[in-house]
Amino acid sequence: MDKVMSNKTVVALFVLPSLLLIAALIYMPIVLTGFYGLMKWDGVGKMTYIGLANYKELLRDSLFWNSVKHSFLLAVFSALSLLVYLLVALILSAQIRGAGLLRKLYLIPMLLSSVAIAQLWLKIFHPTSGILNRMLVSLGVEHTPEWLSDPSIVLYAIFIPILWQYAGFYILIYYAALKNVPASLIESARIDGAGPWRIAFAIRIPLIAEIFKVTIVLAVVGSLKYFDLIYVMTGGGPNGASEVMASYMYRKAFSGYDFGYASAIGFFLLLICLFMTWLIRKATAGKETIQYS
Amino acid sequence: MGYAAKPAAWSGRLPGRLGYGILYIALAGIAAIQVLPLLWLLLFSLKNSQEVFNLAPFALPEKLRWENYEKVWTQGHISTYFFNSVWMTVVAVAVTVLLASFVTFAVTRMKWRLRSFVLGLFMVGLMIPVHSTLIPLFSLFTKLHLTNQPMSVILSYIAFNLPITIMIKLGFYYTLPREVEEAAVMDGCSVYRLFAGITLPMTASVISTAVIINMIYNWNEFIFVNTFISSDKFKTLTVGVQNFVGQYTTDWGAIGATLMISIIPILLAFILLSNRIVEGIAAGSVKG
Repeated sequence: MDKVMSNKTVVALFVLPSLLLIAALIYMPIVLTGFYGLMKWDGVGKMTYIGLANYKELLRDSLFWNSVKHSFLLAVFSALSLLVYLLVALILSAQIRGAGLLRKLYLIPMLLSSVAIAQLWLKIFHPTSGILNRMLVSLGVEHTPEWLSDPSIVLYAIFIPILWQYAGFYILIYYAALKNVPASLIESARIDGAGPWRIAFAIRIPLIAEIFKVTIVLAVVGSLKYFDLIYVMTGGGPNGASEVMASYMYRKAFSGYDFGYASAIGFFLLLICLFMTWLIRKATAGKETIQYS
Repeated sequence: MGYAAKPAAWSGRLPGRLGYGILYIALAGIAAIQVLPLLWLLLFSLKNSQEVFNLAPFALPEKLRWENYEKVWTQGHISTYFFNSVWMTVVAVAVTVLLASFVTFAVTRMKWRLRSFVLGLFMVGLMIPVHSTLIPLFSLFTKLHLTNQPMSVILSYIAFNLPITIMIKLGFYYTLPREVEEAAVMDGCSVYRLFAGITLPMTASVISTAVIINMIYNWNEFIFVNTFISSDKFKTLTVGVQNFVGQYTTDWGAIGATLMISIIPILLAFILLSNRIVEGIAAGSVKG
């Protein structure tokens, strides 16, 4: 048995193709992003080594820091919305008839492409014909908002489809975790006279704390990486009011042909994602190990 | 199962039935918010622009204008984009799931020294933002003359979906009993036959979960195609829809029909396979 199952040729045959693929398409590019960040390069011509000049420029670039601020604002909104999703999952896991169907209906937007979602919400937000403003008009509102062209509200407006897209995903995760809380614990708490809110806060929520940490990491790191939806809906505008890190990087590279500078942004994005993952895990670390299931 | 709080227990001081009713209405309200925008999309895909602007948003037009679908399908390459999405998705999913099965088998069933390190490499891949790899990938594919070739997109799909696919499979592989394998090896079965004839069939259910999740990811993918492919011949639906809609900004019926065409396959899959999709999303939830 051991001899057959430790056959090195077989291991190599099974593992190497995949390993080479991720080495070439994930790990090597990561290293190269850091390397390109040290270059002045338009993407086609010759590269010139300029040391940390791109990174120094990043520090002074107010458009860049704006995009960082927007990314973090979205991350904070997303993290806060997790509390609402948790509440919905708590209610859903009470004996609600049709919970299975509701959970599936919640999930539908998550399955659609961000491009389709963005196009649909462009129509919903349309100043005169979108359902949102038509509803407001029928309620008697005279000055309906210009959702996506008003710099002071565009970021909040963009967050609405993000909420819509991911609600079902987080509710699903919390619901599954809550269903795994042993019935005996809840039963004995109830016999001791604990009410439903007490049971929720003293037993059910603490027992799914580990899942909650995972979802915070997902929500925060996911928000820092937002791209498709914003790129399609506003392109970062108006006037940079909805620019995020990834959209700024994309614009610098593929519209501005400043590949060196864009790579520096890309490298910064990588570091910040890894750092935030580490930070959140550290800040919320218990004795539990990270669960991959 | 039996632990669920009784409905009455959730209602605080309200009478049980009333409290339950309020909760139910709240939950149904959320469901409506999740579904109504799509219903609105379906409705305006069947109207002409005049009807979109004049009729109430959720009113049916007098005549359902299926010609919107016919128009966009035959004009503006939508059918080409659709079939590109289909075949690129199918190829990438097949290769990804097969490669991931090889890796998961080697990591969980075979004995070798570096297996946890190699598994770690795949799992760390989950944390890498795609955008940070985009510029080097673009220049790599340019050098290899793969830009504007479906190969660049397919290879990227495979590489970036391998980690999540392996993760979905891992849990299932760990629970497989070793006795079956031991018996097969005793009978003189080779590793290859063990893998193909015994392990793969035993993991059919997790394979189908992985296939569905991969399909959804690839079908919806945007940034790789948008960056690597510039010719209409090889664009997929997400990017094609984006360009197409740009040309028809005022024809809501056409835009609606295009969007519906891009989401119908996913909605169909959802209606047929929702349990597997729910399971797959839960199993792969570490990917943001």
